Amino acid sequence: MSGTFLGMPVFGTGNLNATEPFPTAAHRELGNAQLRANLGHATHTIRDKRLKVVSELPDWEDLRNAGSAIKENVMARLPELLETFEANFTARGGIVHWARDAREANEIVTALIRATGETEVVKVKSMATQEIGLNEHLESQGIEAFETDLAELIVQLDRDKPSHILVPAIHKNRSQVRDIFLREMPGVDPALTNEPARLAEAARKHLRRKFLSAKVAVSGANFGLADTGTLAVVESEGNGRMCLTLPETLITVMGIEKLLPTFTDLEVFMQLLPRSSTGERMNPYTSLWTGVTPDDGPQNVHLVMLDNGRTAALADGMGRSALHCIRCSACMNVCPVYERTGGHAYGSTYPGPIGAILSPLLTGITSEENASLPYASSLCGACFDACPVKINIPEILVHLRGVDVDSRRRAVKVPSEMDLMMKGAQWAFSSGKHLGLLEKGLPLGRLAAGRDKLIKKLPGHLAGGWTQSRDIPAPPSQSFRHWWAANRETKEQA
Amino acid sequence: MSARDDILARIASALRDAPVAPAIPRDYRRATALTGEQRLAQLVDRLEDYKANVAVVPAAAAAVTVAQLLAGASSIVVPEGLPSSYLSALADLTDDGGAPAVLVDSPARRLTVAQLDAVDAVVTAAAVAVSETGTIILDGSPDQGRRIISLVPDRHVCLLTMDQVVEVLPEAIALLDPTRPQTWISGPSATSDIELERVEGVHGPRTLDVIVLS
Repeated sequence: MSGTFLGMPVFGTGNLNATEPFPTAAHRELGNAQLRANLGHATHTIRDKRLKVVSELPDWEDLRNAGSAIKENVMARLPELLETFEANFTARGGIVHWARDAREANEIVTALIRATGETEVVKVKSMATQEIGLNEHLESQGIEAFETDLAELIVQLDRDKPSHILVPAIHKNRSQVRDIFLREMPGVDPALTNEPARLAEAARKHLRRKFLSAKVAVSGANFGLADTGTLAVVESEGNGRMCLTLPETLITVMGIEKLLPTFTDLEVFMQLLPRSSTGERMNPYTSLWTGVTPDDGPQNVHLVMLDNGRTAALADGMGRSALHCIRCSACMNVCPVYERTGGHAYGSTYPGPIGAILSPLLTGITSEENASLPYASSLCGACFDACPVKINIPEILVHLRGVDVDSRRRAVKVPSEMDLMMKGAQWAFSSGKHLGLLEKGLPLGRLAAGRDKLIKKLPGHLAGGWTQSRDIPAPPSQSFRHWWAANRETKEQA
Repeated sequence: MSARDDILARIASALRDAPVAPAIPRDYRRATALTGEQRLAQLVDRLEDYKANVAVVPAAAAAVTVAQLLAGASSIVVPEGLPSSYLSALADLTDDGGAPAVLVDSPARRLTVAQLDAVDAVVTAAAVAVSETGTIILDGSPDQGRRIISLVPDRHVCLLTMDQVVEVLPEAIALLDPTRPQTWISGPSATSDIELERVEGVHGPRTLDVIVLS
């Protein structure tokens, strides 16, 4: 064993990095009133639906407890479960490949497609292939990948980026979708209306020939069941069934954390996932396959098991549970920050509250601009309440903020503004005398606030940054401690 | 070192703190609390909510119900193992050009994608149904056929018997063979991708008819 990774986490690559700090991106996205209106409408619709179907189940909390424990179990037993899964999938004719990172996964998939002689593939929506940038890689290798999920199709036709993990085109409203179809879909009916049913029908016509003639499909997987070697894809439209059934070759890319120990565990997750994601009692279609089924479906079945930073996240004892995520998107739908900024502001494939912890865990906090992501939260905790597997997102956000501050302290020898402020606070709070002395300065703050009694701008990078989007009310003319000393203490003595 | 060994070594290193695998509390409902009649009513309610068409008829009326639903169809496909009694009334159809042609998909004679794309409907049985979620599960048994035959035709007529209807998902899981290819169906094909509003009818069968034999 080479000693390079012993204790040194190996981080992920691909579309996991923000390219600009969250505040910069959020500031720009907030300027888009249409985006905010679309997101507000969509997230509120889904919140209500989710609440309704969740409240129907008397044992929702029991299911969450089971789901959380099962995933914790998976992480603790990961090596054993991966080997069991591999043995079972292989025994039934499937072929397992392992990929350390995005580049390796892309190369494996490309080689598998090349071996079929095809230059076109159909794709089922998959976060893992989005994360590794598979479509872009395939394009550079002369292979065309057709997204078949309606929202992915909208995003691909518009040459846009997904902004939500479940509904990648959540930032577009129906009229914008119609305009994209009219512009980009060959042979589309020019009289197409913006009715969702008509738009769905247009997508059906557009993709039908592709499905019926496709020789190779690429998918992700929602679950891998270790004790049977079974893979599961959860979907709505039937595009998943088309891709998983009709082609001769099926290539699935799955993160190593997606395992469940047993087939029975599906009974927990298939109650948690649909209700949390689309707010339905059950999604229209779920497909399960175990290696190759002779005479039914693809006969050439591959699975790429992807690390790409997952082992690095696993190495963080506090952050590890971010890997429990089943990609339902309930956390983004309830997040006050996501609702306003949208998914693009987070930069990474994984936006919203889960993305704010998962992306820096996968890439390392010091990678590009991802250090700003754990601050993209008011820590209100709505995400924790909504999470079907009880990932304590606020706690991990705070943990990662600490990791960020520590990493900066180590990187820069000169004390930072934060260090100086903390030193100051340490002095002030270390004795009542010190604090009293400082409190005498309060009237100065009132002076600075002026007639509207608001301090609009503080000096310095940190405090100045804080007042960029907030006003501070003028401080009182005296501190509570001074008031107490002047009033209560004397009265009590009297 | 292979990628496999490398990743497994990374995991071993990441788990140096030896986290405990907790026991799994399974306090959720794993058995039905409803009578057969209540389960049936619940299944019908859920399926109709998904915009599926549901008929509850006595077993003896299966063939007549199938024939009524398929009046006007020019061709249908069935798996080889579908009970022939389900199709026995098709010949009685006299209106609109008479009985539809019945194509049988069998191991000896596999239908092509083009043939399947040209038929009006598929008729299958099912393995099990879950009333609480309105879910019908197909597992590729001879009376359900290959996955492709219940996917490509635009209409799926699915027959269930009452003893196949359970209330909660864990009961269904206990009855299923995990290694068979499964398709769980909860209503016709649908999408919520535009403004998160559900609309029926995308790539899978746009019409789902469920006949429950009581």
